[in-house]
Amino acid sequence: MTGIATGGPRAEFRQPTTGTPVAVDLDGVTIDFALTGGGAFQAVARADLKVGEEEFVAIIGPTGCGKSTLLNAAAGLLVPSAGGVRVFGVPLAGLNRLAGYLFQQDALMPWKTALDNVAIGLEVAGVRSSDAKERARAWLERVGLAAFGERYPHMLSGGQKKRVALAQVLIRDPRILLMDEPFGPLDAQTRLIMGDLLLKLWSDDRKAVMFVTHDLEEAIALADRVVVMSAGPAARIIGDFPIPLARPRDISEIKLEPRFQELHRDIWHMLKKEVLKAYGGMKEG
Amino acid sequence: MKGTPLFLAQLAVAVVIIGFWQAASTTHLIGNPNNISFFFSTPLAVAAQVWKWFATGEIWRHLWITLWESILAFVIGSLAAVVIGFWFARKPMLAAIFDPYVKAANALPRVVLAPIFTLWFGLGIWSKVALGVTLVFFIVFFNVYQGVKEVNMTVLANARMLGMNERQLLRHVYLPSALSWMFSSLHISVGFAVVGAVVGEYLGAAGGLGYLIQQAEGVFDVAGVFAGMFVLAAFVLLIDWIVTLVERRLLVWRPEFSRSGR
Repeated sequence: MTGIATGGPRAEFRQPTTGTPVAVDLDGVTIDFALTGGGAFQAVARADLKVGEEEFVAIIGPTGCGKSTLLNAAAGLLVPSAGGVRVFGVPLAGLNRLAGYLFQQDALMPWKTALDNVAIGLEVAGVRSSDAKERARAWLERVGLAAFGERYPHMLSGGQKKRVALAQVLIRDPRILLMDEPFGPLDAQTRLIMGDLLLKLWSDDRKAVMFVTHDLEEAIALADRVVVMSAGPAARIIGDFPIPLARPRDISEIKLEPRFQELHRDIWHMLKKEVLKAYGGMKEG
Repeated sequence: MKGTPLFLAQLAVAVVIIGFWQAASTTHLIGNPNNISFFFSTPLAVAAQVWKWFATGEIWRHLWITLWESILAFVIGSLAAVVIGFWFARKPMLAAIFDPYVKAANALPRVVLAPIFTLWFGLGIWSKVALGVTLVFFIVFFNVYQGVKEVNMTVLANARMLGMNERQLLRHVYLPSALSWMFSSLHISVGFAVVGAVVGEYLGAAGGLGYLIQQAEGVFDVAGVFAGMFVLAAFVLLIDWIVTLVERRLLVWRPEFSRSGR
């Protein structure tokens, strides 16, 4: 455990809470970006994080702290400048084939209908088109969009697009789910509903989840563990909090529980400093 | 303004212009009607000429030739442009090497090529097709190139995370993106295919609308020239309307085409 940033409270919990095999193991991951004017910008510095199979980990930090960068390293979309990524014990080379990725921005192919967007992941894997479509229809029903299969993405609302994107990723049955502020662009009510849907789908078939967000309430309500990142540049992982709230959870109700508020206070105490630092840095920059 | 009132207003413009033309060429409204009808002919003479062409069926052969040349120019020019546009966009090195030549070729006024093409391909349709191809190619080429370059990065990353290999990315992401750019310039490129055909015919041919106009001009048959222009305008409007139908069918996934009308 060398190179870990100084522990915040409960730094000893930097292990999976479920005691199952490790799905994603980020080991001293450092990510530098070359700047156009020469030199380099260090986004993430020596991040260590283990995500267990069936574990839901939320990663939280101030804006621009490199949360998404860390996620992209786990996806294989970015190659770390130092350190390594292991997926179920195997060093990651190229794209992470075991992972599904839910993007913050619209990532559906606008020229395909909702049904074709969901089916495409199976079709490119060699599943017969008619079978893929049938399974896609079933998935659209699971995300509550049975009647919307023939619509093109621009005919869907923001929340509906996220539902299609969720079905598109989950139909391939990835063992790891990477989510980059997936509900960020949605309004508060839609976020609650999407959070409940996500938990419902996840409880059917627990995958390892890395969920990046800047919304602390969302992080606590959804996750088994909340990992806190420091303000960038050279962001580090500074805190790791297990969330021992019982499942199944009702996201809108759970916020009223005293245990939730206690956790919120503890984590916010650490996060607040980083958020203020991030804003201070922006002013100077 | 929409629907019938709009159409009536549009019709009124034509009535006023043609009415003025008829009055000027038959009365002393702005000068000697003999002079005016010599330079501008009269609407009735033009209409009579158009009627005669269709009544005798003489026009169909010429329309057919121009249509066929335009279609060939459009299809060949577009196909070549899609292939080369794709190739260049995916191989930046190649694009960088050929960049000055592409720019030079595009800057050249294509009309000067017409005599060369006549020399190479003869007086038949192929010299006109070649001229049309040089016009269509560059419009489609630049659009396809741009379309491939400006593929949405999130859509691309998502497609890769969904397990697509290079060939599948080409088919499901790059090609649709490039084609949507190509279709956005469909009206222009189809228009240029017709321009290539007509200009080619005008400069030396044995048939086609451009040939018809050129023949009339050769004998100072002003009514024939105007009649040729009217038939040509109607022909282009018809093609443009067909292009709009095709566009609506193929770009249903774009917000601006999904509602009825444009």
